[in-house]
Amino acid sequence: MTMTMDGATQARRWYRQRISAMVLALCVLVHLVTIIYAVRSGLTAEALLARTRGNIAFAAFYAVFVLACAVHVPVGLARIGEEWLGLRARAADAAANVFALVIVVMGATAVYAMVHG
Amino acid sequence: MRRRVEARAHNHAAWWAYIVHRVSGVLLAVFLPLHFWALSTALHGDAALDGFLRFTDRPLFKFAEWGLVVLLALHMTGGVRLLLIEFRPWSGLRKNWIAAACGAGIAAGLAFALALVR
Repeated sequence: MTMTMDGATQARRWYRQRISAMVLALCVLVHLVTIIYAVRSGLTAEALLARTRGNIAFAAFYAVFVLACAVHVPVGLARIGEEWLGLRARAADAAANVFALVIVVMGATAVYAMVHG
Repeated sequence: MRRRVEARAHNHAAWWAYIVHRVSGVLLAVFLPLHFWALSTALHGDAALDGFLRFTDRPLFKFAEWGLVVLLALHMTGGVRLLLIEFRPWSGLRKNWIAAACGAGIAAGLAFALALVR
């Protein structure tokens, strides 16, 4: 473990990652069932969009899923960037934050595309 | 000597749980932007999304999708194990949850494969 991060920052990250993990555990469970159901009923744009267009529950669920991912993913990636790629803490954090932004923007676009596209 | 010690440390269910959790996490993270990009093709109409779905309707992509489903199930169950270790008043490595994670991975993989052949 690198000693470049102060204890409070580490604790905040740990907490953020764990709380988002609790949300994600439920999201992933629902998502896995959704995947199996979607694949079973045939993966066509018509079949998928018929279920997602104008579906507020779908939009709300996947909006939460995307946000939870954006909170969860960068914490792990920053640590891996430090440990495996040998990045300095600040560089690893910057890269992870850019990745979080990519997830939010691309995830929101994807949800919008499936609901209003 | 150091290598022997490391090899022994790695030959342990909890080490494997750690490495599977980390590698699956990285692969899932890399997949996310691709997944979002694919879904966003719906912005250009049904035909655009359908074109992408037809393009990926071949064995290599189905195998990759199957792998991602297995990784997702493994990462989720492995993560629940960590949450239980940290937030429940139990001690120990929860090796039963390592086994449960393997089981969940296999079950999700089988369910996905069955859905494919329907």
